[in-house]
Amino acid sequence: MTTSRTRSAAAAAAALAALTLAACSSSGSGSSAGGSAPSTGGASPALSGTVTVFAAASLQGTFTDLGKKFEAAHPGTKVTFNFNGSSTLAQSIVNGAPADVFAAASPATMKTVSDAKDTASEPKVFVRNTLEIAVPKGNPKHLASLKDLAAPGVKVALCAPQVPCGAAALTALKAGDVSLTPVTQEQDVKSALTKVELGEVDASVVYQTDVKADAGKVDGVDFPEAAKAVNDYPIADLAKAPNPAAAKAFVDFVESAQGQQVLTAAGFQQPAATGGSTAPAAGASAGASTAPSTSATAP
Amino acid sequence: MSPRASRNRVPVALLLPALLGLAFLVLPLVGLLIRAPWRALPQQLASAEVWEALRLSLSCATSATAVALVLGVPLAWLLARTEFPGRRLVRALVTLPLVLPPVVGGVALLLVLGRNGVVGRWLDSAFGLTLPFTTPGVVVAEAFVAMPFLVISVEGALRAADPRYEEAAATLGASPLTAFRRVTLPLIAPGVAAGAVLAWARALGEFGATITFAGNFPGRTQTMPLAVYLAMENDPQAAIALSLVLLAVSVAVLAGLRGRWLSPGGQA
Amino acid sequence: MTGEIALDARLRVERPGFALDLTLQAAPGEVIALLGPNGAGKSTALRALAGLLPLDGGRLALDGTVLADPAAELHVPAERRPVGVVFQDYLLFPHLSALDNVAFGLRCQGRPKAAARAEAAEWLDRLGLADHAGAKPRHLSGGQAQRVALGRALAVRPGLLLLDEPLAALDARTRLEVRAQLRRHLAAFEAVAVLVTHDPLDAMVLADRLVVIEDGREVQSGTPEQVARQPRTDYIARLVGLNLYQGVAAGHRLTLPGGVELVTADELSGPAFAAFPPAAVTLHPGRPHSSARNCWELTVHGLDLHGDRVRVELSGPLELAADLTPAAVHELDLALGRTVWATVKATQTRAYPA
Repeated sequence: MTTSRTRSAAAAAAALAALTLAACSSSGSGSSAGGSAPSTGGASPALSGTVTVFAAASLQGTFTDLGKKFEAAHPGTKVTFNFNGSSTLAQSIVNGAPADVFAAASPATMKTVSDAKDTASEPKVFVRNTLEIAVPKGNPKHLASLKDLAAPGVKVALCAPQVPCGAAALTALKAGDVSLTPVTQEQDVKSALTKVELGEVDASVVYQTDVKADAGKVDGVDFPEAAKAVNDYPIADLAKAPNPAAAKAFVDFVESAQGQQVLTAAGFQQPAATGGSTAPAAGASAGASTAPSTSATAP
Repeated sequence: MSPRASRNRVPVALLLPALLGLAFLVLPLVGLLIRAPWRALPQQLASAEVWEALRLSLSCATSATAVALVLGVPLAWLLARTEFPGRRLVRALVTLPLVLPPVVGGVALLLVLGRNGVVGRWLDSAFGLTLPFTTPGVVVAEAFVAMPFLVISVEGALRAADPRYEEAAATLGASPLTAFRRVTLPLIAPGVAAGAVLAWARALGEFGATITFAGNFPGRTQTMPLAVYLAMENDPQAAIALSLVLLAVSVAVLAGLRGRWLSPGGQA
Repeated sequence: MTGEIALDARLRVERPGFALDLTLQAAPGEVIALLGPNGAGKSTALRALAGLLPLDGGRLALDGTVLADPAAELHVPAERRPVGVVFQDYLLFPHLSALDNVAFGLRCQGRPKAAARAEAAEWLDRLGLADHAGAKPRHLSGGQAQRVALGRALAVRPGLLLLDEPLAALDARTRLEVRAQLRRHLAAFEAVAVLVTHDPLDAMVLADRLVVIEDGREVQSGTPEQVARQPRTDYIARLVGLNLYQGVAAGHRLTLPGGVELVTADELSGPAFAAFPPAAVTLHPGRPHSSARNCWELTVHGLDLHGDRVRVELSGPLELAADLTPAAVHELDLALGRTVWATVKATQTRAYPA
């Protein structure tokens, strides 16, 4: 009895000491470690605190997963997310929302942030996403191509042209020379998909990754014009990041092999040219053919 | 007015929060005016989409108010003048949309009146009528959110009105319907009007239920609040311009009513 | 009462803690006043007659038509009864002019608007309100509103006119004037009128017959003179201003429960009432040597000035009210607690069987 109590007390004291040490070391090394970029995936004991990530709605599934893996790799850190339409997120960052990392669904929305000098480093494209036609389970209207969507009696939901998935869909429609009047222009890709899921529309043009995430409820139909409207997803750590070291580490983690594996498993494609700089100009990029088709949900 | 004001000394403990409250309500509107792109405004407002959205907003809000009147006044009468089992429950259900987030209302409407909804499927097969993504769909969504305001207001007016006038009408040979139409309704007219104004205002500003149930398409279902929201995605200047138009319309309507039904000293 | 019966009613209404059971019969042109204290069931009876309250029992027939018969599950709703009502606070529709208030019932009968208004204008003219046809009720005086309400009820030519405390909302001066006018209009009215009041003067001036009710039941009925001369309850006696006693009569003597004897002019036997007006009482400072047969020593416990008379309340072997001139009060040096002798001549008392 006595011994066990003494022992547990000693254990507690040891734990306390360890905590104190850890706290001291982290605060001590904070300034010095801040400059040297920690290598990805490896042990970087200097990191702690909360990382706030603003990410496009289409990244919700994968980034939530990546956040957990990041926390596991860096004990003492905590990743919190704000998933929303890229444009909404860009607006809130420019208007001073406290964020460490921004992952956008289009270079144009990232440009809003970088133009305002709110990025800490050059944004990098970390994945690409391809459009796909989403149809209700079983494809009741037997839609097989983008042209089929323009047939009379087919109700289509597109994203609003103001948001990336809507802009991409317009590019694809233009590329296929298809003229189409949707019944609605939804404010983000998820609500466009929901309308399909509920059977309120016959089809919607959304990302492959969304169709894949919703595989049990909707079916996907690939179409060739999608190659002309591939969306680049840029990521950057932010200039006013409350936790700059962790922000940089999270960006690196997303670009690491481990991060890319999670993303491609969800249906994202690896960027055309590796690493380096972004081409922030247009959504459609030249090297679309490099992307292997990963989705296979077409009936 | 002024002698009364000088007689009533206002305690600082009330005055300070009162002024803060006033600033809190007014400052955002002032901010809107300050940040407005006045120079670019004519060009912004020249776009047909703005006027299309405004026309749609006004006509849909008015139609929704009409729907709310036609259905809501009898409902209020039922709640105020009759006793039936479960009346309290019905009353709670009627007021539910007041506390329900409008988006939830939109989802619920979609599930019931949508193409695959319980009622919607029947409407489609029997009449070839589909509501989602149509202008009538906007009216339905707005009426759903706005009607409780009218019902509450009219029910209050009915409870305050003396039911013996209906008895007097009955002794003069008026059927219950005639008594309601020719006696009760005129008596509660101020309450009905106040409720209609509240409902109209609520319908004009409606966003969540509309975008969820009726979707968003310029000229058909894109009302002003939807246009403002989507403009905010990539063109804040346009969003401010649209907001100014909506603000101007709201102020014009309130001024048009000259506080007659909205002043606290007005009729019950 | 003539042989012809227009109103034939047995009204039974049951409420928790209260039951109305009243029989009313009236001939055409007769005006009946329901008189009684608050809560006696007067208004309940009126609402039952109007059809605003269903009967729990009994039967109601007007001019040979059955309007309510619970046993046969018959209840003609208010709007289909030929009954007009003047409500206590008139309930003129505030959003309609005096003219449109009067025309309302005619419009409900299906009369075209112009015809209804023309007829309503005639009614207003008859009631001396032609100048106020366009006025909204809030701009009418109490007396004018009362007349509009009467016109509104009469315009539909009801077979039964009900008036609920028709003068209660008026101030004393207007009341006198309106009472006289109402009397004229009621006298000219050919069908049955039932008015409810708690004011005996209104009842006596306006009605051909009084029905006094207490606790939902008739306690007495008769012409105003009969009721005033022979009140059967304390309530009526006090209302009509009589000293009323109940006891057992033997010849000219009425023995009250306390043993006090009252000598009356009438000869009776068995349970009986005796009554005399307060003015028949004479007061004396000491034991009088008068021929009065009734003489008691009493104590003053109340002095109230009523007009040019002083009402003196006395107690002792019996309770008594006496009316004196102020001069007599001064002469007798009356004050609270003072002991005096009261005498009443037998010839001034009236006795009648209980």
